[in-house]
Amino acid sequence: MFSEENKAAFRNPLNLNNPIAVQVLGICSALAVTSQLKPAIVMGLSVTVITAFSNVIISLLRKTIPNRIRIIVQLVVVAALVTIVSQLLKAYVYDVSVQLSVYVGLIITNCILMGRLEAFAMQNGPWSSFLDGIGNGLGYAIILVIVGFIRELFGLGTLFGFNVIPQALTKAGYCNNGMMLMPAMSLIIVGCVIWAHRSINKEEKK
Amino acid sequence: MKLNTNSNVYTVVYAAILVIVVAFLLAFVSSALKDTQEANVENDTKGQILTALRIDKSQVNVEQTFQANVKDMLFQDGQLVPYEGKFLTAYGTEIKNGNLHVFVASTDDGTKYVIPVTGHGLWGGLWGYIALNEDLATVYGAYFYHESETAGLGARIGEADFRDRFRDKQVFAEGAGDIALTVVKAGSVKNEANEVDGVTGATLTSKGVAAMVSDGLAVYKSFIETASGSCQAEAAPCGQEDAECQADTLEVEQ
Repeated sequence: MFSEENKAAFRNPLNLNNPIAVQVLGICSALAVTSQLKPAIVMGLSVTVITAFSNVIISLLRKTIPNRIRIIVQLVVVAALVTIVSQLLKAYVYDVSVQLSVYVGLIITNCILMGRLEAFAMQNGPWSSFLDGIGNGLGYAIILVIVGFIRELFGLGTLFGFNVIPQALTKAGYCNNGMMLMPAMSLIIVGCVIWAHRSINKEEKK
Repeated sequence: MKLNTNSNVYTVVYAAILVIVVAFLLAFVSSALKDTQEANVENDTKGQILTALRIDKSQVNVEQTFQANVKDMLFQDGQLVPYEGKFLTAYGTEIKNGNLHVFVASTDDGTKYVIPVTGHGLWGGLWGYIALNEDLATVYGAYFYHESETAGLGARIGEADFRDRFRDKQVFAEGAGDIALTVVKAGSVKNEANEVDGVTGATLTSKGVAAMVSDGLAVYKSFIETASGSCQAEAAPCGQEDAECQADTLEVEQ
């Protein structure tokens, strides 16, 4: 159940094989939803759930899938799963679905999903695929939260929508940096995160 | 026996079965959840109208409060008549077809008129509800939302901080009959009475809201004028002493 390999499938994407920092997948959505902390967290969790379950389904089907149309089969499974999740959200947690608006649909195009299905679930059993999905989803979520934290704190002076910059500082001439809210800035922050991540892990990688 | 998963027949049959299974699954989920989803949307729309009326929808039972205080009316031939059809959750087509809905609400602060507006932002549609005071010249409250504006930027038009900036703004420019209520680029408000500060970093969405508000109110100009116009002709702006005059012109059929 928790063999060394399975543990590695879960643990590696959190750090050494992080989907954003190392595999450089899913960058597009990391730019779109990280201007505030809350959508970043919800997006991270949705991707985690969907990666895990699509990994399990594809892993179960992996021996029957015709090689020539495997990408199409993967896409159909992911699209069906995302649609069902989005319908369930609309029916039972309407507020959350309004907040996520188009981003739930955009999970279909998230490269992490297709990447993990193709690279892991097609070769491995359901349980380790499930762990791999959870690990990659959370690895993605961590980066989103870091970027969302930095952007919201410096761009808007809030965290989760609450003001955290003390009045005294604002009076002393402190200004929020509107640049932080621009999509370009999140690319730069992701770049800095990757830089930090690589210099920390320099030794272990070799 | 091992199937040859590379044969053409297998591939075609596999694809066909997969698609049929998924199609049935999605159709089933969609029809099973449809009623719940529609009820949610309807409840949400009513909540939006209540928000425009400065009622905190999380503090009240939306359905009951709406039924008790708000009447869905149509503005036809210079009069407000009750709307008998099913409660609608989108007003774009209705306005285009000339069915001008007005929500007449009785609140603690007197009678308010809520006007639905629709428009376009940077990425997709916008909509909103603007609650006007009884004089139909000052804004009581507003609510805005969007289909797909950027989270953290344009999406902030949906936040309380932005909608509250509309409170007590004048719909008309002083002494003129044109609709002057608008949204300007963040930090460049010159005319406090009519201009609302836009959202920082979301100039295009703010422009969309500005166009939606002025175009939306322009469509309702005949309604706004029937109610306040004749009074304005004598003395602008329409004050409290014109209350009688309004009562004559704005006949609300019960």
